Amino acid sequence: MFYREAGDFKTSYVDDNQTFPIKFDRYRYYAVLLIAFAIIPFVLNDYWVNAVFLPFLIYSIAAIGLNVLVGYCGQVSLGTGGFMAVGAYACYKLMTSFPDVNILFHVIISGGITALVGLLFGLPSLRIKGFYLAVATLAAQFFLVWLFNRVPWFYNYSASGQISAPERTLLGIAITGPNAPAWAMYLFCLVFVAASAIIARNLTRGAFGRKWMAIRDMDIAAEIIGVDPLKAKLSAFAVLSFFVGISGALFFSVYLGAVEVGEVFGIQKSFLVLFMVIIGGLGSIFGSFAGAAFLVLLPVFLKNVLVAGLGWPTDMAAHLEFMIVGALIITFLIAEPHGLAQLWRVTKEKLRLWPFPH
Amino acid sequence: MKLKLITAVTAAMMAAAPAMAELTFSALSYRTGPYAANGIPFADGYQDYFTLLNERDGGIGGEPINLVECETAYNTEKGVECYEATKGQGVLVYQPLSTGITYQLIPKATADGIPMHTMGYGRTSAKNGSVFSNIFNYPANYWDGASIAITHLLDINEGDLNGKKVALVYHNSAYGKEPIRTLEELAEKHGFELTLLAVDHPGQEQKSQWLQIRRERPDYVLMWGWGVMNSVAIQEAANIRYPMENFIGIWWSGSENDVLPAGDGANGYKALTFHNLGTDFPLYADIEQYVKGPGKAAGAGDQIGTVLYNRGLYAAMLAAEAAKTAQEIHGVSEITPAMMRDGMEALEITEEKMAALGLPNFGPAFSVSCENHGGDGFGAVKQWDATAGQWTMITDFFQSDQDVLNPLIEEDSAAYAAENNIEPRC
Repeated sequence: MFYREAGDFKTSYVDDNQTFPIKFDRYRYYAVLLIAFAIIPFVLNDYWVNAVFLPFLIYSIAAIGLNVLVGYCGQVSLGTGGFMAVGAYACYKLMTSFPDVNILFHVIISGGITALVGLLFGLPSLRIKGFYLAVATLAAQFFLVWLFNRVPWFYNYSASGQISAPERTLLGIAITGPNAPAWAMYLFCLVFVAASAIIARNLTRGAFGRKWMAIRDMDIAAEIIGVDPLKAKLSAFAVLSFFVGISGALFFSVYLGAVEVGEVFGIQKSFLVLFMVIIGGLGSIFGSFAGAAFLVLLPVFLKNVLVAGLGWPTDMAAHLEFMIVGALIITFLIAEPHGLAQLWRVTKEKLRLWPFPH
Repeated sequence: MKLKLITAVTAAMMAAAPAMAELTFSALSYRTGPYAANGIPFADGYQDYFTLLNERDGGIGGEPINLVECETAYNTEKGVECYEATKGQGVLVYQPLSTGITYQLIPKATADGIPMHTMGYGRTSAKNGSVFSNIFNYPANYWDGASIAITHLLDINEGDLNGKKVALVYHNSAYGKEPIRTLEELAEKHGFELTLLAVDHPGQEQKSQWLQIRRERPDYVLMWGWGVMNSVAIQEAANIRYPMENFIGIWWSGSENDVLPAGDGANGYKALTFHNLGTDFPLYADIEQYVKGPGKAAGAGDQIGTVLYNRGLYAAMLAAEAAKTAQEIHGVSEITPAMMRDGMEALEITEEKMAALGLPNFGPAFSVSCENHGGDGFGAVKQWDATAGQWTMITDFFQSDQDVLNPLIEEDSAAYAAENNIEPRC
């Protein structure tokens, strides 16, 4: 009944190739955009933005980036935390060196800088594959964190080695710093998320995406049919680190405001984003959102239910949270190894036939 | 799924709507995660003191106390979530017990007009209340700690450290890096040689650092550690037979959890403190009678009298005294965070006051003012006796080298003020 093509006639190739070819799906997408851009900013408060929306949106960008590399190009990276740190420190250096430039450009340039660093660390992927590549990117993770801890230039020689985001504005409205209004921070990140998703979607269904997928499916065959592995792999690394760099910059400047590299961008961050991609669904933009939502929102939700709702002791709730999230991850992956995105696809198929499945 | 989540969370938050007409305090505690062993006793002490006030006196100035606990696991993201979740409930003062979370909350709490008390941790230059209007770090800070340790070394060396070698083993984070500036300054002043040895989070792997200590044989080792790093360092020091009486930890590296794993090897290890030890105070009889006896003790109730429990208790006591001061200043019992701030700024802790509370000589006497949010920097040195299984104070409370520290604090806070366009208030 839902999600049906019937009656939705396409008269041009452009129509035929759009992201959401089914009318119902397309309207749902517009509705989500409308709610996200036009309704949520008016109803949210500090708690919702800082505890729920900002982490969800920012992790979504990182997950989209990693999904390009892992899901579409088939290369593994455990360097996400390190690349986020590059984005954060690039943003910090830009914010403090060029205080008059608005924050939008700082974030985009931070993504660009991270893309260059990512290219550098993507080079080994031309020679090594699979687990070995994972180990090589792990080196990037540790090296970058060590670098930002070690070289005082990166944190402007502050006594504690912490970086703190000064107040920066866009069109006269504070985006970073303590006085930034909740809706401004939310909208700022939302714009980046929407742009990232659209760019990633269009990259992955274009020539680049096809090359990446060819490499993922079988790199030797891809090379024989004329895909240049150098360009394909490095471009995937560049796109990954661009998105991850943007998410790192937003993570530092908009969300946390002060960052200590070892604690915030450590190895556990790399794993967290990788799990988001795997649980959400490899090779799916929607999966990146679903995975981020699952791993960011569920703990907050459980905490609110267990501590605020049921009044349990905080430590017991925290331990239970680990157990519940862990159990759910296992359940989901057993029930649907291709992640939440596949679950969504199956649901859509079912909905098409419902209520007459035969 | 998201919609469902949103409705469910809203429902949960509505169910937890704040009850009015109470004094709300928050405990951003960590009873889980890599630093839980140290977080639990502190949280218990903090909670038990407020439970005691509720049970014995019916709160502060007749207003019952509502303590909101929130688990941070020493994680900055959870810290933000906790801060945002609790600030709407009218929390009077935040004590996050984490330097990382402190750095994050300094601008936020200041913008929201909520005071924050970072006792013996956090940003040292917050002592300059003229720049940091809402941040307090009395009675002592990291730089005081560094200076107190060096003063103690001077005392045992007849005032001369010339040519001595001092190594600093520190947690490679904002917390551990704090004392470096001061120690460098002090090294110049007293002519000792400073070696810096960083240990990465969480600090289980310290073989190479201690190998270096074994090779270079520094005369003294100072430590800025937290959590598992402390016990590992003390164990490693015992393994290389480093003379324990030459090994001094900051107050966060001096709890029972840190020394017990090394057994007899830890005998003689020294640490700093800015409050007294043990249960030999009249207040503990009240805790036994009103809190532990009726089974209202926080956590498992087995931490009473440990070093960090006492510190949590001390933090709660200072918060309660500040609330009392605020009630006196403003003449109302139901105070707001802004009034609490005024109370903290006018706080005066005297010997008589502590004795009246049942905690005679529990900490140094000090007073807070608009210019000075950090007290006078008094601390003492304690030593671990492995056979008796307890810490003993080996000095009285003495003051840090204010001549060295004040210019540094002035400089660092001026840099912060310039970065954030803050006009000095006083």
